[in-house]
Amino acid sequence: MTREEIHSAMVDILNDIVEDVDWGSLEMEENLKGKLESMDFLDVIMELRKQYGVEVPEADYPKFATMKGCVDYLEPFLSSK
Amino acid sequence: MERNDHQRIVITGVGLTAPNGNSLPEFRANLLAGKSGVRDYEIRYFGKTYAGLCDFDALKYQKRKEVRTGTRAGSIGVYCAHEALADAGLEIGRDFASDRIGVFLGITEHGNVETEEQIYEISKYNYQVSYWSHYHNPRTVANSPAGAVTVNLGITGPHYCLGGACAAGNLGLVTGMQQILLDEVDMALAGGVSESPGTFGIFAAFKAENSLAHDAPSAAEASRPFDQKRNGIVISEGGAVYVLERLDHAKARGAKIYAELLGHCYNSDATDMALPNAERQAQCIRKALANAHLRPQDIHIVNTHATGTLLGDAKECEALREVFGDSCPDTCINNTKGFIGHAMGAAAALELAGNLPSFQDNLVHHCLNVEQLDPQCALPNLVLNAPRSVPCVETILNNSFGMYGINCVLIVGKYQ
Repeated sequence: MTREEIHSAMVDILNDIVEDVDWGSLEMEENLKGKLESMDFLDVIMELRKQYGVEVPEADYPKFATMKGCVDYLEPFLSSK
Repeated sequence: MERNDHQRIVITGVGLTAPNGNSLPEFRANLLAGKSGVRDYEIRYFGKTYAGLCDFDALKYQKRKEVRTGTRAGSIGVYCAHEALADAGLEIGRDFASDRIGVFLGITEHGNVETEEQIYEISKYNYQVSYWSHYHNPRTVANSPAGAVTVNLGITGPHYCLGGACAAGNLGLVTGMQQILLDEVDMALAGGVSESPGTFGIFAAFKAENSLAHDAPSAAEASRPFDQKRNGIVISEGGAVYVLERLDHAKARGAKIYAELLGHCYNSDATDMALPNAERQAQCIRKALANAHLRPQDIHIVNTHATGTLLGDAKECEALREVFGDSCPDTCINNTKGFIGHAMGAAAALELAGNLPSFQDNLVHHCLNVEQLDPQCALPNLVLNAPRSVPCVETILNNSFGMYGINCVLIVGKYQ
């Protein structure tokens, strides 16, 4: 997957979890905190596990603070998919 | 003892969803028209059966996310609570402070649907528990459906669910009344909810007990309390939530008053986990009558609990015969489960709702699907085949009985 495809995958996951945010047009550096409740964030982690087999340890949760952080984190796992 | 208006509790709003109606007028019209809400149904592991399913719009009062992360029982509770408040013409904050409102919902069971769903979900991942949902705990705590109502409506008073098996709907109403009389709250959203068709286990267990309806000519004919050919229960979902408030408050705001709660009793058979005890049921009915300061002959409608099992229906008739005998010419007896199946935790609350309009139209809805009355169930004034017009309806006695011998009888009266 390219970075664009990973971004698109994240947007799809987030759209299914929180409906009233325009995830696709969010700035890459914009903080996701405040847009995602704690249970929503666990939904994201679960969907990454289910859809892409990516296991995110709790210590790495802060790396998901922005969309760019998400893509950066996921790229090594998903670039070969 | 004469009660003043501050000590009299009345129903001023009704919100419901039943397998044959998503509002009281629709539900009532379909009861009088003989329209069943029971359908063919198939559930994983179990296979084909019958069920009473509701088609209310959950998204009318909940966001998609609330529906996804919550439970069916919670969605039913939220829908019914909103409808009850609208029906009562109430606004939270304007008519009652949010911390003076309580939510008390009866449930037969809760958590089976969600647990089965998660086990099925992790089965797709070789039963790795890391795939188990983080929503499982909030979905399955015993206060879940009532809690969902408080979160959705911003109600900050008390809430909990009443685990009262199939007597739970009445228990919800009784508890709401008691909480007002104890001055814990000023208004209660009280009743019962059921999401039971979502769990295959309840179908499998009733089948294992030889108590599940089967082999009917059609789904609409599957639930047939009192009929000679009855062979078990049809499991249903649904809910009914009532607005309860003090009579003086209702009068002050010019509320429409559906009925007054006149008396109740709850007791325990203390004999068996599943089999009913007619003697204890009769005692419960008598105590409810005494609590309401009424005699058997003062009751105009007895809405039976009968679920369509061979033993259960006969036992309830035994209890009714013992209390009402042949000397209550103005007491009509009916049953609602023939139309909607057994809505479990919602059953008593829904069935009461279906009869409340009798105070206005003096019609008693009939029992559905009684083609050949079981002689054991041949009670005087059992209303069969068609609604019956009567001179007046001023009192309704609502029976509800459940497993472990929990009995709850509620009597309501026409407000006048």
